[in-house]
Amino acid sequence: MRRAVLIAVPYLWLLALFLVPFIIVLKISLSDIALARPPYAPQLDLNEGWAGIRAFFTGLDLENFTFLTTDDLYWKAYLSSVRIAAVATLCTLLVGYPIAYGMARAPQEWRPTLLMLVILPFWTSFLIRVYSWIGILSTEGVLNQFLMGIGLIGEPLTILNTNTAVYIGIVYTYLPFMILPIYSALEKMDESLLEAAEDLGSSRLAAFWLVTIPLSRNGIVAGCFLVFIPSIGEFVIPSLLGGSDTLMIGKVLWEEFFSNRDWPVASAVAVVLLLILIIPIVLFQRSEEKAREAGR
Amino acid sequence: MRRFSWFNATSLTLGFAFLYLPMILLVVYSFNESRLVTVWAGFSTKWYGELLQNEEFLDAAWVTLKVAFFSSTIATVLGTMAAYVMIRAGRFPGRTLFSGMIYAPLVMPEVITGLSLLLLFIGIGLDRGVLTVVLAHTTFSMCYVSVVVSSRLSTFDQALEEAALDLGASPFESFTLITLPIIAPAVISGWLLAFTLSLDDLVIASFTTGPGATTLPIKVFSAVRLGVSPEINALSTLLIGIVTVGVITASLVSKRAAVQRRREEQAAQRTA
Repeated sequence: MRRAVLIAVPYLWLLALFLVPFIIVLKISLSDIALARPPYAPQLDLNEGWAGIRAFFTGLDLENFTFLTTDDLYWKAYLSSVRIAAVATLCTLLVGYPIAYGMARAPQEWRPTLLMLVILPFWTSFLIRVYSWIGILSTEGVLNQFLMGIGLIGEPLTILNTNTAVYIGIVYTYLPFMILPIYSALEKMDESLLEAAEDLGSSRLAAFWLVTIPLSRNGIVAGCFLVFIPSIGEFVIPSLLGGSDTLMIGKVLWEEFFSNRDWPVASAVAVVLLLILIIPIVLFQRSEEKAREAGR
Repeated sequence: MRRFSWFNATSLTLGFAFLYLPMILLVVYSFNESRLVTVWAGFSTKWYGELLQNEEFLDAAWVTLKVAFFSSTIATVLGTMAAYVMIRAGRFPGRTLFSGMIYAPLVMPEVITGLSLLLLFIGIGLDRGVLTVVLAHTTFSMCYVSVVVSSRLSTFDQALEEAALDLGASPFESFTLITLPIIAPAVISGWLLAFTLSLDDLVIASFTTGPGATTLPIKVFSAVRLGVSPEINALSTLLIGIVTVGVITASLVSKRAAVQRRREEQAAQRTA
């Protein structure tokens, strides 16, 4: 009895506030926009009985989804989100790997402090961390002043409100997600393997490529997914750092809903975004399972 | 043991500079007399004064704290229950769906969570305000709590609970006297995580909020859309300060607790 209550409370909460809302999104994505409150049709009218239910179901169609394929704004936004997320993930890996490597090679007694320094920004507001780059990257910003001050450039660079700024924002905010799994893989590594490789005649660089990288593979894969998956649907970074030509689907969904007030299309955008995300999520789960089995 | 090379030292220095310089600059410019980022016009704390006199910010901060407190507390209770169910309740009908619903919100883009909850609230005719934001935050943060707590639950020795039951404790007593004290650090960090996630959230709050329930991130977002503002720098400095002090205190406390526990375990082994 007690067990049933224990299961039922969180179960019902998640059903009511996670699954049901999702079914509503799915339903509205099949509806049409209407000048009414709420602004979509058809509405399910149970007072009409069976006829009402039938009228409701015949009113649903895939029109919004065909609309998404005909207007290039949407598929371009999906493609560009995936591309921006992929490039940013690669940059995060290139920035994060040396840091994780340095941490794993640092003296034992430094490591807890270094680890805390990586986690600390994670507790600081995401919005503030994104905002901090506006003052750095703007035309009169700190970076341009510095570069002009040392005479490297004569004209200020335009970085803010471009895709470059979006990449910087993603690398900066998601860096801890990349460092932590790679660090935990590298820390477990047996260093005598590297000595063995060098004794057997391989150069340090070759030993790094042939021993260290493959042994930290699980960390690299986990870090990449942890950055890639949330970056695709990112809203704050493209809207604060990106320009008007930065197309990301999270921003499109937001504008479709708040500016255009087109709920059915916004819902269809959400459904397709989720379908796209299922691919990396399933791949990630598979690789995690494989890593767990190999670790046993 | 390999030597800590120059390469490692350089990559650590550059890496941590990259992580911390933007925040340090934010703090420095919050003390700038001038409104412009470009000019350093001397030290001043006037932006802090203006911030503390700005009623809108104070109201938003109060709403945010209320939302964060209630949502993280409910989320901790629900998340701990969910973790217990996942690790200890064995098989029950719909278990796969349950575990799916716990993990899905962790990877769900915020825009989708926000949109779907808003459509639910409109569908059932619930007026949007503090309550709806609390419901929304509770739902996604309970999943984080449950992940944190279940990792602790799965590593501790179940024999301890069985021993308590054998010695005549009721299941409830065994939970409060044995299980809860052992998982307490995980429950506390789950609460802290839920609290921080709620303080931080812009997207889901923007979708589910209504009149009179503007949270601080919504306020900050609308202010910084127009560019850099020194009041926001001052606000950021205060928040960064609070987080830094909090995290350092928490790590010192947990370090001391770990030392204490190791000592007790050694003492217990000696007497055994």
